[in-house]
Amino acid sequence: MRKTLALTFAALIVSAVPGFAATTLTGAGSTWDYPFFSKAFYEYSKTHGDVQVNYQSIGSGGGIQQFTQKTVDFGATDVPMNAKELAAAEAAGGPVLQVPVVLGGVSVAYNLPGVNSLKLTPGVLADIYLGKITMWNDPAIAKINPGEKLPNTAIVVVHRSDGSGTTYCFTDYLSHISAEWKAKVGTGKSVSWPAPSAVGGKGNEGVAGQVSNSPGAIGYVELAYVVQNHMPAATLQNKAGKWIADAPGGVRAAAASRPDVSPTAFSIVDESCAACYPIASYSWVVLFQNPQDKARGKTLQDLFRWVSSPDGQKVAASLEYVPLPENVQDLAQKTLAQLHV
Amino acid sequence: MFLIAIYAASGFFVLLVLLLFASLVKGSWPALAAFGAKFLWTSEWNPVTEQFGALPLIFGTVVSSTIAIVLAGLVGILAAAYLAEFAPRWLARPLSFVIELLAAVPSVVFGLWGLFVLAPFVRVALAPSLQHAFGFLPIFSGPISTGTNMLTAGLILALMILPTVTAISREVIVAIAQDLREASMSLGATKWETVSRVVIPAARVGIFGAIVLALGRAIGETIATTMVIGNKPVIAASLFAPSYTLASVIANEFTEANGDVYIGALLELGLLLFLVSFIVNGLARLLLFTVLKGDRA
Repeated sequence: MRKTLALTFAALIVSAVPGFAATTLTGAGSTWDYPFFSKAFYEYSKTHGDVQVNYQSIGSGGGIQQFTQKTVDFGATDVPMNAKELAAAEAAGGPVLQVPVVLGGVSVAYNLPGVNSLKLTPGVLADIYLGKITMWNDPAIAKINPGEKLPNTAIVVVHRSDGSGTTYCFTDYLSHISAEWKAKVGTGKSVSWPAPSAVGGKGNEGVAGQVSNSPGAIGYVELAYVVQNHMPAATLQNKAGKWIADAPGGVRAAAASRPDVSPTAFSIVDESCAACYPIASYSWVVLFQNPQDKARGKTLQDLFRWVSSPDGQKVAASLEYVPLPENVQDLAQKTLAQLHV
Repeated sequence: MFLIAIYAASGFFVLLVLLLFASLVKGSWPALAAFGAKFLWTSEWNPVTEQFGALPLIFGTVVSSTIAIVLAGLVGILAAAYLAEFAPRWLARPLSFVIELLAAVPSVVFGLWGLFVLAPFVRVALAPSLQHAFGFLPIFSGPISTGTNMLTAGLILALMILPTVTAISREVIVAIAQDLREASMSLGATKWETVSRVVIPAARVGIFGAIVLALGRAIGETIATTMVIGNKPVIAASLFAPSYTLASVIANEFTEANGDVYIGALLELGLLLFLVSFIVNGLARLLLFTVLKGDRA
């Protein structure tokens, strides 16, 4: 009698919880992807009630580590896995697929009371971050900003203090445009900043906070953050010599100009098309090509097919990320098709 | 049976400390092997070239905590004396409550407040006036470019540890036997003389304990410091220059660090943090010991 009762209860509970047979996928990695993923996965589960995704934004490095240890179904990283990381992952779980899922740019925000708009050439930007241009009324800046009254204020260079994909993208750009930067500083998620006036802020909000609190400050911040918070940002000159006012459009153009992007040739900074915005990058999802659990693998494949489809990218656009251009969406879909499920 | 339980319980803590130490040493081994003792006195922190030296970070940690403990110690002990001895009961209770409430404010809130309120205040008002008055001192000279600097970090830390110093010191002062006060008063001492010459000296061991506890928090504080210190691994004489602390570097760079040497270097910073707290605690105890011994002689 008691047993029957217990069974009845169990049956009741099972039937009462909707989607009891749901698959819960787990992922970990990039903090930059987090707002996009949380909204995209939420939208996805509205139409796919049996799929739940638990994404932990612990940072790209941590994501790769968890992925390699096979404690998560997918990893997300702002910089594709390098040869050493790939070798470790392949030893653990076989071939790895890296799929671009979302696109973004980096803006250069500034705080100059009385200045309406600021233009910066690649050379001037590099010299500011190298600490060679230290005053706002420097002739090099004045020359490209005729009509603006530049103050006699010292430049305060603000950078991210936490390791981040944004820093990687920005230093990658500086390394492309300045041989001196490449030799002296290089590219990385954390670097040693040469400008004597350099200070670090934690996260986009930390850099933005320091810039808006200190007249004379300049700092690189994620494009989406700048757009959402209406911060004044410099108009940058691209490789073709054009001034790019529409940064999100320019990021998309830069990405579209490189349909051959791959995990080994992933940099899309300083592209040469006329509309290209110079500081842009992808974020990537990493998956094992031969998932052990085929059904789970199929769910994962469907999820990211949707994420990199026009529907999924619409979610990205609604959060001020830049949607992937069509040719890169195709690339993502083709890469996902290689999943053995 | 009871004896075994107490030995096991205290042994557990010793074991925990040893295990923590061992795993930190193991994790930081690649960096220990690569840099050896040089790690302690070189100043370059460059993840790109994998050159790591912790001197500016040790400096930043020690100086910011020192500023904090001097300020919070002075204000905290005075506030505790007021609350315990002078304030009328109707005021003392709500005031103590508010101070204890301050201790419960999460550090990130202090950090945000520091970044958006205190840092601009330091840049616009406090630092210029300090420089105007004491600019001849190296610690108050140099350019004031941003509000995120050593001074702001020290102030934020002082605010954060002030409740600890005040609340514990107040408890200790209240617990001093009434006889002492009565004896002092009966010898003709004023209230102020009684408090400053009799009560506080009698309570000094407890007050000292409060300060050591607060210092521990200041040394290990991460998020609030990171937000206001400027995060720049340099050693500057001026308090208006940005700095960096051991705990802040770990918090900033650990999530995105890759490579054995880099991760090892970050874990070695953890080891240093452990040792710095250990040494500071040891020194504090030694100081207390000598003071007490001097009294008895």
